[in-house]
Amino acid sequence: MALLEVKNLQVRVAEREILHGLTLSVNQGEVHAIMGPNGSGKSTLSHVIAGKPGYEVTGGEILFKGEDLLAMAPDERAAKGVFLAFQYPVEIPGVATMTFLRTALNAQRKARGEEEFSTPDFLKRVREVAGSLGIPQEMLKRGVNVGFSGGEKKRNEVLQMALFQPSLCILDEMDSGLDIDALRVASEGVNALRTPERAMVVITHYQRLLDYIVPDHVHVMSKGKVVKSGGKELALELEANGYAQYQEAAA
Amino acid sequence: MNIAVAKTEKADVAGANFASVVAAAPGSGKVADARREAFDNFQRIGLPHRRIEDWKYTDLRASMRDVLPAAPAPDAAALARAEAAVKLHAIDGVRRLVLVDGALATSLSDLAALEPGLSIRSLRAALDAGDDRLLSLDTSNPMTALNTALMTDGVVIEVADGAKLTKPLQIVHIASGGAPAAMFTRSLVAIGKDSAATVVESYIAAEGAGLYQVHDAAVITIGDGARLDHVRLTEDSREAFNIAAAEVRVGTHAHYNVVGITTGGLVSRYSSTVTIAGEHAHVETNGVNLLNGKQHADTTLVMNHDVPHCVSREGFRAVADDRGHSVFQGRINVRQPAQQTDAKMMTRALLLSDDAEADNKPELEIFADDVTCGHGAAIGALDDQLLFYLRARGLPEKEAEALLIQAFVGEAIEAIADDDLRALAIAAAERWLAARG
Repeated sequence: MALLEVKNLQVRVAEREILHGLTLSVNQGEVHAIMGPNGSGKSTLSHVIAGKPGYEVTGGEILFKGEDLLAMAPDERAAKGVFLAFQYPVEIPGVATMTFLRTALNAQRKARGEEEFSTPDFLKRVREVAGSLGIPQEMLKRGVNVGFSGGEKKRNEVLQMALFQPSLCILDEMDSGLDIDALRVASEGVNALRTPERAMVVITHYQRLLDYIVPDHVHVMSKGKVVKSGGKELALELEANGYAQYQEAAA
Repeated sequence: MNIAVAKTEKADVAGANFASVVAAAPGSGKVADARREAFDNFQRIGLPHRRIEDWKYTDLRASMRDVLPAAPAPDAAALARAEAAVKLHAIDGVRRLVLVDGALATSLSDLAALEPGLSIRSLRAALDAGDDRLLSLDTSNPMTALNTALMTDGVVIEVADGAKLTKPLQIVHIASGGAPAAMFTRSLVAIGKDSAATVVESYIAAEGAGLYQVHDAAVITIGDGARLDHVRLTEDSREAFNIAAAEVRVGTHAHYNVVGITTGGLVSRYSSTVTIAGEHAHVETNGVNLLNGKQHADTTLVMNHDVPHCVSREGFRAVADDRGHSVFQGRINVRQPAQQTDAKMMTRALLLSDDAEADNKPELEIFADDVTCGHGAAIGALDDQLLFYLRARGLPEKEAEALLIQAFVGEAIEAIADDDLRALAIAAAERWLAARG
């Protein structure tokens, strides 16, 4: 059984259909890249998987570990192991990063019927992970993402991924707004989380990110559908030839 | 002039009884004269209503309708109920002064072993002694007039010059839960030169208390170079009315820091006038209203800058759910001599339902020409983007909302200097959030 099974998904936003029957299957341990031009529906797919309000699913289904993901609230999906790394992580003034991390982790554990982390265990865990990502302790005391640079925000997303240990990570345009050095640090953090159990879906516009996070499978999206799937070499071909041929194919 | 005459049934009853009430009330001579004059003032206007500008958003004639008869002196059963409630709300490390149904309950109060420089008396004793500092409140406010006419008890706290109290003083107003009644209390806090004190005013109800009315007032003076930290926690029963007024006078190089948290009561109003009378004084006032159901809370604050080189900061945050209604009226008066005044006022309201309401009325009246004054107001809802981020990280809807609400009110609560009192205010906010479900 695939970890994530998206079948013939049709999605509307405000009366306009964005996804027109998208199918995607992701197994444990696999890294899938989803590429495509602006407006092809890549981010919509990530939002619908995470449960963002404002999208109307008019057809198809999404199964996660064999369960109907669309029937779950966003927090239930998180507790089940779905993690969306945001393209633009929000700033939450007044909520200290450390408080946020502990509240979120314990909410997930509680939902799974697991015991909540004790404060010392939690602090130890956060310090370890933060240290490995080069996140200073000072940053953890600040409001969530408040005053963080683009690179720091993305590292904070990777920190959460490492803490929550999700079974499916969706990285939505992780490379946007990052310079090469920041991209490398964030990618190393992500690569450290690759395991035979954990799957990743890497959404990106450019091939560049895939030099750092090397995918097992590449899918090309155009106009709300997957129009071509292949191995990692497909990304290189796209880099060379662009998306034009696929946009015509979808039309 | 369109001044309506109070002809509510109970006000008439109180009027008929006034002679007997005043005969039993403490004080004679000028105190009794002041009561009579104040009662006439109240009778002329009656319960304030929306056509009186100052009470536009808090129409007591519509919501309170009647002034309830004064509560009888608490009997043994009332004191026992009060004691249980006091224990439930106890704060560690404070000196507690308990008013049950408007009367100082010495058996529940920590009146022994006062620190050097601290003096505590009952209002009753102070009025009997003819202490006219207690009569300084402006009785053009009809509710203050009513309080002057009918005040029965309270506490008179005096801190001598140079005395720095380490233990906070807590004045606990408690309704014992007898028949619906009104309490008329007044307190005085006089902090001497170069002294320091922390005063907490808590308004709570014993179990089973429903409808009652708190009519309270405070006279506060802060001497030169002194510091007063003042916390107000309004946690009355959900049917109660709490109408309070305060006049605060701040001396040279003095510091006044007040934070009010309102989570209880059906209708509450706090009218405070702060007069900055000495140069280089610093005043911070912060408030938080957390309201749901049909709760209504009004903070009306007048900040008088009378002298140069003073700083005042006002920050108010309101969270209103269901049909909750929060009101903030802030007025800053900068008189002509008060050059180099630095006065700012900011109000923010968070509305959690379509029926919730927040009214912010800032007013600046500036006669000095070299000042920095400003005000701002913002009203909004919880940010959907932030809510989704938190939910995508595993927080259920109510928890995600609670975290954002806590962050919203946190900034005002952070102004409480004492760590324990700040924790207390946070706990009051958390109780409100937990009760929200």
